[in-house]
Amino acid sequence: MTAGDAARRPALHADVRVVRGGSPITAAFDVAPGRPLAIIGPNGAGKSSVLAALAGLLPLAAGTVRIGGRSVDGLPPEHRRIGLVFQDYVLFPHLTVLDNIAFAVRMRASRTTARTAAEPWLDRYGLTALAHRRPGELSGGQAQRVALARALAAEPDVLLLDEPMSALDVEVRAEMRAELASHVREFGGATVLVTHSPADAAALTDSALVLESGRVTQRGTLAELRANPATPYVERLLEASSD
Amino acid sequence: MRRAGASAAAMAAASILLAGCAAPSVGSPEPTTPTTTPATGSAATTLTVFAAASLATVFDELAERFEAEHPGVDVVVNSGGSGALAEQIVQGAPADVFAAAAEAPMQRVMEAGLVAAPVVFATNSLELVVPAGNPAGVTSLEDLEREELRIALCDESVPCGAAGVRLFADAAVKPVPDTLESDVTAVLTKVALGEVDAGVVYRTDVRTAGDAVERVVVPEAASVVSRYPIAPMTDAAEPAIAAEFVQLVTGDAGRTVLEHAGFGAP
Amino acid sequence: MGRRTAEPAARLSWPVAVLAVTALAFLVLPIVGLIARAPWGELPELLVRAPVLEALVLSFGTALGSTAICLVFGVPLATLLARAGGWRALPRRLLRAAVTVPLVLPPVVGGIALLLLLGRRGLVGAPLEAAFGVTVPFTTGAVVIAQVFVALPFLVFAVEGALRSANRRTELAAATLGASRWQVFRFVTLPLVAPGVAAGAVLCFTRALGEFGATITFAGSLPGVTRTLPIASYLAMQSDPDEAVALALLLLAVSLVVLLSLRDRWVPGVRA
Repeated sequence: MTAGDAARRPALHADVRVVRGGSPITAAFDVAPGRPLAIIGPNGAGKSSVLAALAGLLPLAAGTVRIGGRSVDGLPPEHRRIGLVFQDYVLFPHLTVLDNIAFAVRMRASRTTARTAAEPWLDRYGLTALAHRRPGELSGGQAQRVALARALAAEPDVLLLDEPMSALDVEVRAEMRAELASHVREFGGATVLVTHSPADAAALTDSALVLESGRVTQRGTLAELRANPATPYVERLLEASSD
Repeated sequence: MRRAGASAAAMAAASILLAGCAAPSVGSPEPTTPTTTPATGSAATTLTVFAAASLATVFDELAERFEAEHPGVDVVVNSGGSGALAEQIVQGAPADVFAAAAEAPMQRVMEAGLVAAPVVFATNSLELVVPAGNPAGVTSLEDLEREELRIALCDESVPCGAAGVRLFADAAVKPVPDTLESDVTAVLTKVALGEVDAGVVYRTDVRTAGDAVERVVVPEAASVVSRYPIAPMTDAAEPAIAAEFVQLVTGDAGRTVLEHAGFGAP
Repeated sequence: MGRRTAEPAARLSWPVAVLAVTALAFLVLPIVGLIARAPWGELPELLVRAPVLEALVLSFGTALGSTAICLVFGVPLATLLARAGGWRALPRRLLRAAVTVPLVLPPVVGGIALLLLLGRRGLVGAPLEAAFGVTVPFTTGAVVIAQVFVALPFLVFAVEGALRSANRRTELAAATLGASRWQVFRFVTLPLVAPGVAAGAVLCFTRALGEFGATITFAGSLPGVTRTLPIASYLAMQSDPDEAVALALLLLAVSLVVLLSLRDRWVPGVRA
């Protein structure tokens, strides 16, 4: 896969309404390939629910999800071609690193084919030495690499990242941010990142959307948000993080 | 109608089970003549009696009487299968008196040197019992040879089963049992529930089951008699009290209570 | 697996150690008594007696059969129980209580209950006999039914525990990677719960093998048909304690062999 692929990858169009714990969450946005969108917001704003709705893990109360010209909101998760990296990675504890990454291909091909297809991912993510370890034996940074490689090895059209840094120690965060940004660039498809950290968002993109209490309160580039915060939350958040 | 019958039988079965499980039962804690021994009170002496399951009711009554006559003595009756009780005693269970439903278990305890001179104090004989209404029309021991009937007997390793083997030998009958139970109570339960068409139990047990079972008179049964021996343990904590309890059981008072329960004279 | 980095040994404080050793002694010493009391010299002769072999074959056959039945019905029941977390409190607790009943009920009472249901005058047994001429008590089938009744909760609770630990989100992650429902079950759920299922089956088998009260009450005790090893052992205790001890040792040996042979491969907690 090269950066040239990005041009042929589809865009994501989302206009979703879901109900979680009795309260509605509404968000509409478009994400172009190669230009990730960061969904920023406080805890409990409904960010993860939006991702779950896109991936098909949470039913839509109303709205639509389209990838390129293809409507996927009626499809089960396994047919959407949407990769999701969970906040706590949710690796398969009974499978080795190699078989975790080979999982998606294994669903439609033999074990040998799947493992062969997974080899280059091990190499690219620096996981070759860990190929036969189980998730329980990995550090946080290693687990994150496996989770990302596992999602991307499925060759999804869209990549969703749910708080990818929150499970990591502070010391390794900066390093992992750069690494993640490089992998996401390499992927080149439509990418949505959920975070409450402006620094994490900035590492991957400058396009942002703010979700508060289930509603979109502002959208624009990070610079625009900082220059012109629409809510006290945005103002505080970007103030605190500004250098 | 049918449901009512079944649940009545179930109640009877439950009461049989409860009677079987009632031991160990402690006699009345309240001496009837409390004034005679003011200081020593009730905590002074405990007499532990190991008695065959079929004796449980009788011995509870006798224990109460003994306590009334001996203020300060607590009688504890531990009842169970005679063989199992004998094994417990040989393994060192603390008994003061042992009363068995057959002579073999007593023999085992005697061989271990734990009793000296057992005395036979009662006899029992077997009876053929059927569920209320006698649904299979059982009239004699020969009916136990009918393949299509459900028959419950005691296993020959327990006294009631050993007596049964003698009875069938005397009567020249070859029964076809569906189950060989570990004690008489289990046979009686299955008859009371109507799960079997006939069973062989002790005469004294029939009374426990009440209306749920009926007796079928078999003349041969009178000839096969189980003899119940009793003896104080040689290592009893209070040999004098143990001997007195044995005297109560073998004496006139004991005779009356035993006869009332259906036991025969030795 | 040896490559796990050695964690600093978690040392027990002495009160914990003392209590733990006491508990262990409490479990093991009666067995020591049994072994010490065993008539080792006559053991070979005692164990090849026809009634003993008959009881052994019957016990093994019925315990294997009831374990198979428990697996077929118990795994779905465990799934139901694990998913009941989202139910209202009352039905959820009733379900759990229903599965727990055989654990708290004295097995003899369980046997009576089975008679009242499946006996000749039972709720189901009476129509069954009227319609098909089938009676259940005093058959080898009744032994299996009694064993299933007492052993099923062991399997259900073991599997339920495993299902709970197999996080629902792990299954969702598999779905986002293209796994169909069947593939999720085949490649994720099943391998994650397999150790729990195996451990539950082993517990279930050993419980069935040792079952006594419900069996003798519901199925009776006829050599070769319903007299299993525990019943044979109990009866032998009445007349021939040596044979009873020999039978008990046989039961013990069988259980130990089963538990030890399965330990490393299946019982959870060994694997990283």
